[in-house]
Amino acid sequence: MSEMKANENSVLRLTDITMQFGGVVAINNLSLEVNQGEIVALIGPNGAGKTTAFNCITGVYEPTNGAVYFHGKPIAVNHPQGRMAKQYGGINGDLYKDRKPVVYTPDKITHMGIARTFQNIRLFKSQTAFENVLIGTHLRRTSNFLTATFRLNLREEKAMREKAMNLLEIVGLSDVANELATSLPYGKQRRLEIARALATDPTLLLLDEPAAGMNPQETDDLGEFIVDIKNRFNLTVFMIEHHMNLVMDISDRIYVLDFGKQIAEGTPEEIQKNPVVIAAYLGVDEE
Amino acid sequence: MKNGKLRLIISLAVVALLYAGGCLVEHLEGTKSMVVTVLQKGAVYALIAVSMNLLNGFTGLFSLGQAGFMLVGAYSYAILTIPMAKRAAVYQYYDGGWVQFTVGVIPALLVAGVVAALFAALIGMPVLRLKGDYLAIATLGFAEIIRAIVQWDTIGPLTNGSNLLKTYPTLKNIMPGNTVLFTFIVVGICIGLILLLINSTYGRAFKAIRDDEVAAEAMGINLFHHKQMAFVISSFFAGIGGALLAMYQGSLQANSFKSSMTYEILLIVVIGGMGSVSGSVLASFLFIACSEWWLRFLDAETMVGDFKVPLLAPGFRMVVFSVVIMVVVLFFRKGIMGTRELWELGGRRQAKGGRRIK
Repeated sequence: MSEMKANENSVLRLTDITMQFGGVVAINNLSLEVNQGEIVALIGPNGAGKTTAFNCITGVYEPTNGAVYFHGKPIAVNHPQGRMAKQYGGINGDLYKDRKPVVYTPDKITHMGIARTFQNIRLFKSQTAFENVLIGTHLRRTSNFLTATFRLNLREEKAMREKAMNLLEIVGLSDVANELATSLPYGKQRRLEIARALATDPTLLLLDEPAAGMNPQETDDLGEFIVDIKNRFNLTVFMIEHHMNLVMDISDRIYVLDFGKQIAEGTPEEIQKNPVVIAAYLGVDEE
Repeated sequence: MKNGKLRLIISLAVVALLYAGGCLVEHLEGTKSMVVTVLQKGAVYALIAVSMNLLNGFTGLFSLGQAGFMLVGAYSYAILTIPMAKRAAVYQYYDGGWVQFTVGVIPALLVAGVVAALFAALIGMPVLRLKGDYLAIATLGFAEIIRAIVQWDTIGPLTNGSNLLKTYPTLKNIMPGNTVLFTFIVVGICIGLILLLINSTYGRAFKAIRDDEVAAEAMGINLFHHKQMAFVISSFFAGIGGALLAMYQGSLQANSFKSSMTYEILLIVVIGGMGSVSGSVLASFLFIACSEWWLRFLDAETMVGDFKVPLLAPGFRMVVFSVVIMVVVLFFRKGIMGTRELWELGGRRQAKGGRRIK
């Protein structure tokens, strides 16, 4: 289960990821792989460690053990060190002993091409929808603060604005471009967050519960929308979601997490029939 | 597009009118009049307040180090511009001092900004990793450290220790009769540059950091670099503001750059509106007019006939100011302008250029 075979199509690969906070092992030895062009879902009961996994991928957390690869390049490598070496509660704690730890901050990881949305929407409150997307284009700038102040970057600025407006049109929000982001209805805020993530030119899009708080109709639309942007921008999508209809409809493969451990992996059909998954979600009859 | 050009022309016309008005007032009332004093000091404080707003209002960094950077700027300016002939007299306790050359006023102003920015770059490295109140306390501490170091006897030949620095070119003797014009031009250029920065892609990144650090970082914005940039640029202009303040005052002593000066500027920023440049400018003229002119009577013991008006005594002005701060913070938290600018009033807030492309 340790090092998986190198796969040319692999966009994201997690090997033996353990995340421990003090004595709490939030994720225990998680290994998974997301391939080019796939939509992969990560599901599991509340508190299973799904968002923690996202945070390990995007550099918000430094995993306690294990490695994360993006297009074959290690973007996070660690093994239990210092005090954590003694109280390590996961398994495979000595696999990465000889590897040099690799740490990147979230902004560097976004630069490499991983963009994300948040479970509890995090839009820039004081900015309009348009400005929110425009900020996403900042990281690909070539201007420095002097050329930007003296307006020597007019061509780039125009391209940024066009790109932002274009993205708003694609997600269907061009009519509310100049509204304050937080004044938009919930469903539109979710789409705006996706547009903002797309503005960073990602190759991998991480969606953290994109359908949370949506009604069934909105959820269906969202499913189509995700498939649409995936094809349009040649993306790979890795998402956390609780709406099973959406997950079963659009994902190619599903990973199931429970209490930090991966309990199943497979196509939607396989997962639906898997007794372990059913037990985790519904509980088992004791008798 | 047309609308934007029209607005620009109107804004420029208004600014030109204000400049002309300032000049006219000085010619009519004379340089020593109270209104000219308010215009001079108000403009200087406007620049400093806007520079603080860039940090506190636009980038969301609650920094209280402004007085320290003003001090650095003021001293850099004064040390570089004292005429050679007068150095022996100014540095009488330090054998004429170390610095034995003099530069022009404008280069000295620039150097004042650059030196303040260098200090900010050094201080920013450890301090900007802190957040919220901790950052405020750390910057406040560094500002006090700077003040203490400047008064340190060992570097007396440079800073003249705790003695006065004087005889450097002041507002009154570089453009006699046009002091307001000179101040307005320097301050206008600086505030104009800050405005251009705020409305550039970097300004948007600053605002993103203010609104949500986690999301800003997830959008690929390097938090430390951008915070450092805002801190250094803010200090650059605070340094120039400090130099202008030195020019306004005519003599310079480190003791006057206490943390209470930072609080005065913070008060201006809050009254004007965190995140509004025009608010800061308005509030600083208002504040200076009140403290130097309109509310002076609060400090004077006044007799109405034989009756001595109670409470009016030296220091009462500051009591009134404290009450004003509390009222503002409790009931008008957004200040005069909130996050809007004067030219955005009337009409809904628009994303600039958002319509243009369609």
